[in-house]
This record gives sequence, structure tokens and C-alpha cells, in this order.
Amino acid sequence: MSEQTKDYKPSITIADQQAAANNGAREFMMDVRTTDLEVNMGPQHPATHGVMRILIRADGELVTGAQPHLGYLHRCAEKIGENVEWLQYLPYTDRYDYLAAMNNNLGYSLAVEALLGIEIPRRATMLRTICVELNRIASHLVAFGTYGLDLGAFTPFLYCFREREWLLMLFEKICGARLTYSYLRIGGVFNDAPPGWLEEVANFCDVFDEKWVEYRDLLMMNHIFIKRTADVGVITPEQALDFGLTGPMVRGSGIDWDLRRDMPYMIYDEIWKAGAFQVPLGSGAQGQLGDCWDRVYVRVQEMVESIKIVRWCLANIAEGPTIAELPKVLRVPPGEAYVGIENPRGELGHYLVSDGGKIAVRCRVRGPSFCNLPILEDIMPHTFLADSVAIIGSTDVVIGETDR
Amino acid sequence: MNDGNALLHLLQPLAPDFVPDWAVVLTVAIIGVSIVIAIVGLIALAGTWAERKVSAHIQCRYGPMYVGGWHGWAQALADGIKLISKEDMIPIGADRKLFMLAPSILLGAVFAALCAMPLAPAFYFGYIDLGVFMILAFSSLTTIGVVMAGWASNSKWSLYGAMREAAQVVAYEIPLGITLLAPLLVVGTFNLVEASNAQADYFGMGWLAFKNPFVLVSSVIFFIAVLAETKRAPFDLPEAESELVAGFLTEYSGIRWSLFFMEEYAAMFLMSAVTAFFFFGGFESPFSYLAMQSFGDGIVYQLVCFLTLVVKGSFGIFMMMWLRWTLPRLRIDQVMTMGYKYLTPLALICVLGAGIWEAIKHAVS
Repeated sequence: MSEQTKDYKPSITIADQQAAANNGAREFMMDVRTTDLEVNMGPQHPATHGVMRILIRADGELVTGAQPHLGYLHRCAEKIGENVEWLQYLPYTDRYDYLAAMNNNLGYSLAVEALLGIEIPRRATMLRTICVELNRIASHLVAFGTYGLDLGAFTPFLYCFREREWLLMLFEKICGARLTYSYLRIGGVFNDAPPGWLEEVANFCDVFDEKWVEYRDLLMMNHIFIKRTADVGVITPEQALDFGLTGPMVRGSGIDWDLRRDMPYMIYDEIWKAGAFQVPLGSGAQGQLGDCWDRVYVRVQEMVESIKIVRWCLANIAEGPTIAELPKVLRVPPGEAYVGIENPRGELGHYLVSDGGKIAVRCRVRGPSFCNLPILEDIMPHTFLADSVAIIGSTDVVIGETDR
Repeated sequence: MNDGNALLHLLQPLAPDFVPDWAVVLTVAIIGVSIVIAIVGLIALAGTWAERKVSAHIQCRYGPMYVGGWHGWAQALADGIKLISKEDMIPIGADRKLFMLAPSILLGAVFAALCAMPLAPAFYFGYIDLGVFMILAFSSLTTIGVVMAGWASNSKWSLYGAMREAAQVVAYEIPLGITLLAPLLVVGTFNLVEASNAQADYFGMGWLAFKNPFVLVSSVIFFIAVLAETKRAPFDLPEAESELVAGFLTEYSGIRWSLFFMEEYAAMFLMSAVTAFFFFGGFESPFSYLAMQSFGDGIVYQLVCFLTLVVKGSFGIFMMMWLRWTLPRLRIDQVMTMGYKYLTPLALICVLGAGIWEAIKHAVS
């Protein structure tokens, strides 16, 4: 029971009314109780993309308060990380952000490798980069498609899934799985790309260059879409920094922060120096800086940048082994490491502590969706109910990761 | 034959002498209502199937392909059987009577409105001089059904849907009624059959929308208002799948839920047909003109006219589906703004313009 309903006390009771009537009072006052309407958006609601619950307080169509509630999908991932061996934990990382499993694998592998201090073969790094960037595209396609779905445009969703299907097929070819890959291992990648795979990736890049224009014209530049998203859910640059937002959420507010460039890992500094990609930023083109439209458009542009990175990797790919030589039973030297990588949703950080054994002492995950979520409470009040759906969609949360 | 019921005229001579008049009328009424119910059922079946196929092809899919063989034509039938055989669920806390009554009111209103629609120039259930008024009056009754459903469901989402429906329909009934005045000014009758007959010149292409530019503009406004009236995207706020779960439909399931859909498709067809009658020729097309010239106003002409109406109505439904699967949904304040701020004044201007245009035409000729 919320504060408002708990403290509710009728201003005029029935006894008061009767007393008033007995005293011959002509005016009969009804005790009309007016409070804001409290509705639970979720845990089973089409707009929350999973089992998140947002308690919305609404005055008619106007949202006056919003409170996200989490924990419906909690699976103790971090605790499991402190109870299984280093390599055994890898499949669990797939399950945080199930739309970007390659990225999660990478984050964990890089953190363990930082503790191990080993050299990764260059071909493995290249394959990793290709997979991670393709996975970023797949993830943004879902984010963008479901955003259209949130606003009532069904068709772009299916178009996005058409391209995503191709990507999943590519992933299936390289590692046999469509969603939870566990392909990026500690020390490299599980296996080399099958023959013809790299050519197919190049083919995908060529096709995608044409397709993303379709998304932009069909949905991003649609008049109703702009009306629904521009000036809605504005996150000012100051707010974005205060809440520690990362990824497209912070870039949508115009803050130039991308871990791939600013805290480079793997070969991203090399790619950046080669000028192969830019960091798209929100510009307030259709409304204010940092509105929903900006955030979504940053994602759409990032897909194109990812294609550029993949192209660069395909052009510069090296021959050689795809995984470093590691013992069967991994014992990690004592120490601690934190590695943050740029996931499609923001900074995915792994903080690992080892005492030299087979199992981590501490495995802490900083999930981007979880850290991007609290801003909802600040930007959702004083919008319309329909806007709140647009705002939730533009934060692009994956519940598997907020709860872990 | 210009009054009363065409069926009655057909069947009355066939009745034996000992049958009293009221029995004949009653039989005719039952047959007529059965025909309308059959039409509604057919429209709903064809509509759901078409919606799935159209949306599928817009979205690079096939849609239903298996049930019944050819392009899954029996999918809607199979769905209907499934829905009928489902458990009839009424949520605890719902207002049972209202909950059960709501879909019937919706469907009843659409039945009544469809009864006023002629199926061919000489086949109608009532030669009603205020036919279009009757259709508009009964189709606005559907709102009551929706509000009733939303209130009776005892769900906040349903209530939201109902409130949105009420607000939206009130906003769009105004331009809907006013824009219809423009073609009525030109044609000079409320009767649907007469309105259709008046458009038979120019080889069946003397459509009202082409006779007066203001009528053409008002046809667009009318179509937009029809979208809002029938709760179709981008005005599907009462259902608003991603916002309100399913709006006023949230708590409904099984056969009651399917009744809402029957109503939706019947209303879509009805309003498309009204658009056709008062803007785009009604029964008249070059084909019906040819049939008239070659065979007279016999059964062939009637059949061609009926098919013309079906094609025009289906095209209207196709347009609605096309829009639904292309556009995002508007927000409630934008819906209101559009209705009150733009469509209503524009509709008034159209009526004024159409009147002036007609007056000038009259003065010149």
C-alpha cells in the first residue's frame, strides 16, 4: 500500500453528514475521494519488454509519478560467478543481456585476461571485434524495432527482424547458437570462422547499407513518430552525467563518451586512429537535445558505424591461431581487475578478484541497463501515459541485465 | 417500389392467401435480419483473414498458409471455432450484467446501421429517406458499448481505453457529421439509393467527389474521421496495444472478444460503404453503367451494382489496413488537437466552400 492510500482519511465521514443533516444543514456534502490513479505497468505489460514493473501514479492521462520495481528475473548471476570455475561462468554471462551475448562474453573474458596478463592472437581479436559489432547491430535492431512497436508501428519491427535473422544465421554458422553464444572465450574465440563466413559478413554489410536508409525513412523521419518522440523524455547533459548514464543514453544527450574510443580495449584504438568509425551524438535535430528521438537516432547511426568497423576488420584480418594456449584447469594469479566495455546499452563492467585459485573471490557486474534505469523516475513525471511508454522504450532496458 | 422493403415486395405475392399480413412481415423481417447477420459474419471472417494477409505481405511475411489449403483461407473460420469453444470468462469484480451486455450493444448497433444500407439499387430492407442519419446515429451508439465494456471490466487499463474512446469519438463525430454535409448539399438527399442514382451520369463516373473540389477535400477529412470512429490506427488509442495492454478489450476473451472484432470489421465496411455512397459513386461505376446500357435495370445490373459496392467497401477497408500497418499511433492530446483544431474548422470551410461552389454553378447554368 502506498503512502497516499495508507494515509487516506475521509475528510467528511458519514457521521458528520448525518450530524449536518440533523442540524438542518441544507447542503449535503458528498465525500468524494479524489486521489491519483495508481496503475502497475507490468510485470506483464507489453511496453516493459520483460518482467519489469513500473508503478505509475496518474492523473487521468497525465503521469505524476513513476517508480520502477525490479527483481522479477533475478538469478544470482554474481553469486554464481563466485561459485563456479572461471571458464564455467562464461555461459552465465550470456544471460545478462541476452540480446548482446557476444558483448557480455567479451567483457568477462577481457577482465579474466587482464588478471591472467596473456597475449591474445590477432586473428582472435579481429574475429571478436567482428562478432561484437555484428551483435551490436543485432541488439540495436531489436531496440529500434521494438521502439516502433511501442509507438504502434508494427511493420518496422518485422523489417528489423528480417536483418537480425540474417545476423543470427551468421552467428549460428560460426558458433552453433542463435542467442547465447559463449563464442568469445578466455584467451580468444572458440574456433575459427568457417570457410566463406567472412565473405558472407561482407555481403551483409553491403546489404545493410541499403536497408538502414529504409528504417530511417520509414520510421525515424515519419511525421507521427517525430511528433511522438521529439521533446519527450528530455535528459539534459547535466542530468545524464548526474545519473551516470552510459552508451546511447548519454550520447543521445550530446555527451561525447564512448569507451571504444575513450578507454580503448582490444584493437579499438587502432581502428579509431585509422578513422574507421565516428561516435554519433544526439543533436536535438527534431526537438530538444536529449529527447527520445535523439537517443533512438543515435542507435540507428551506431549501426552504420558498426558496419564500418566490421568492414575495417574484414579488410585487415590476420591469419594465425584463434585462441591463446591456456591450461585445462585455469588458475588465475591473485589480484583484482576491472574492465569496462562498450555494450550496445552502455558500459558493461566486470570487477573480478582472484586469490590465485580456480574460482573467483568476487565477481561484480556493472550492468548498463540497471544503471540507466533510475533516470526513469526523474523524466517520467509530467508526461502523458503514452509518453511514458516512449520513454521506457528509449532507455532500451533488457530485464535480464537489470536483475541479473 | 419506392417505399418500404424490397424483400417484402418480392415475397408478398408468393405468400398463400390464408397467411395473415403480419406473419408475412415477420417472416420477411427474420429473413432480412438473417441476411444482415450473415453479411456481418462474412465481413468479419473475410476481414480478419484479409487483415492478416495484408499485414503479412506488408511485413515481408506470408501470413496464414495452411488451414484450408489455398493461402489459409479457412484460418479465420478455424479461429472462430476456437474462440467459440473457449471458456466464457468473466473476471471476479466485474459488473457481470454490463460486461455481458457490452459486446451485444456494439454488435446490435452495427446490425441496425447495416440494415439501413441498401445492397443494390432495388434490394434494400428499407427505403429510408434519412438513411445516412440512421447509419450515423446507430454507429455512434457503439461508443456506449465500448465505455460500458471498459467500465464493467473493473480494470484500470480497460477504464483508460473506455475514457479515450469516449473523448475521441466525441471529438471526431463533429467533423464526421459536418463533412458529410458537403456531399449532401451537392446531391440534395439523405437517401442512400437516391444519392447513388444521382451519381450515374458521365458513364457512371459522376461521383460527388469529382463534381465539387470541396467535396473531394471533405472526403479526405471524412475518411480520417472514420478511422477515429472505427478505432483504427493511427487512432487506435482505445485499444493501444503497447500502452493499455489491450484497452477496453483487456478482460475479454473467447466469443465475447470475437464479437468486438465482428463489430470492428462490420463498422469498417459500413463506414467505407458510406464513404462510397456519398463521395465515390455508391453503386455507380463504368461497369454498372455498361450493365445498365446492355441489360437494363434487371438482375444483372443489380448484381453488378452489389459487386461495385463490395469492391469499393473492400478498398476502403484495405486503405484502413494499409494505414494501420504503416503509421505509428498518435498521442491522445495530438488526437484531440487534430480533431478540434484542424479537422472541425476545415470541415466547416469545406461545407461553406461546397455551398458557394454549388451556388455559382447554379447561377452560371
